[in-house]
Amino acid sequence: MITITVNGEMKEMNATTIAEVIKTLGYEGDYFAVAKNLVCIPRTKYAETPIAAQDEIEILMPMQGG
Amino acid sequence: MWEIAEKIFNSRLILGTSRYRSPENLREAITRSGAEIVTVSLRRQAAGDGNKFWELLRELGVTFLPNTANCRSVQEAVTTAHMARDVFKTNWIKLETVGDEYTLQPDPFALLEAARVLIADGFEVFPYTTDDLVVGERLLAAGCKILMPWAAPIGSGQGVVNPQALKTLRARLPQATLIIDAGIGAPSHAAQVMEMGFDGVMLNTAVALADDAPKMAEAFAQAINAGRMAYEAGLMPTRSFAEPSTPLPGTPFWKTEKQA
Repeated sequence: MITITVNGEMKEMNATTIAEVIKTLGYEGDYFAVAKNLVCIPRTKYAETPIAAQDEIEILMPMQGG
Repeated sequence: MWEIAEKIFNSRLILGTSRYRSPENLREAITRSGAEIVTVSLRRQAAGDGNKFWELLRELGVTFLPNTANCRSVQEAVTTAHMARDVFKTNWIKLETVGDEYTLQPDPFALLEAARVLIADGFEVFPYTTDDLVVGERLLAAGCKILMPWAAPIGSGQGVVNPQALKTLRARLPQATLIIDAGIGAPSHAAQVMEMGFDGVMLNTAVALADDAPKMAEAFAQAINAGRMAYEAGLMPTRSFAEPSTPLPGTPFWKTEKQA
């Protein structure tokens, strides 16, 4: 169990990769993007990108914009 | 027809997708305006809700121009651009870097730096900038082909605050695609900048907050077309004094001198 920050909120979870974080949180489909510590992680790299305690994860979705 | 970033479009209106009463209201506004390019953003959202907005946009078959709205640093803007490319599958990015909280004036230094990074990474950068000529020149020198200068602060609806600066920008940067972004409040404002020779107009709030957004979207589309046609037709020069439009020769009852 590690503590990470997801979209500004502290979370404890059993996860070792970005793919596991996404699955744990319930994100599905292809309409979101992920960054780790302010670096975008391409969709193809989720499974091979490790996470560690204190990492800051950002998961963003399409939204209205001007 | 006009070309932007090597794509051909009919409409010179780029429409924002924010602040509409409902998704249906947004859909009608896009359809009725004929806009082919719409701006979108990325935001935090919990999993499990699906994404109806995304589904609606996909149905419309429009071209996406994602923004980096509210980014405060080069790194934030660059990362958001990368994430937008991942989701929207486009290398287009409307690059925004907030420099002042009160006016939301873009930070030109962060903008230029972020533009350099993103162009090197293969992005087509649409920088939201002020009407400052030198900043525009530096952005073009960095590899931008398009500039999005403001008419007035975002969402203010003031129209063109500094027409002379915009005229100068157009005159000095004839090779650049210049799209007015922000501050447009009325169709007459849009027509005004199109008459100046700007290539297009991006707007959001003036349509979204109208009592009848789809109708206002169409009004803007017509104003933009009218302004463009006027620019292509060539406006008459202005004069300080009157010049009669009806010919003087043959004027009825005209006498050159009083008879005795």
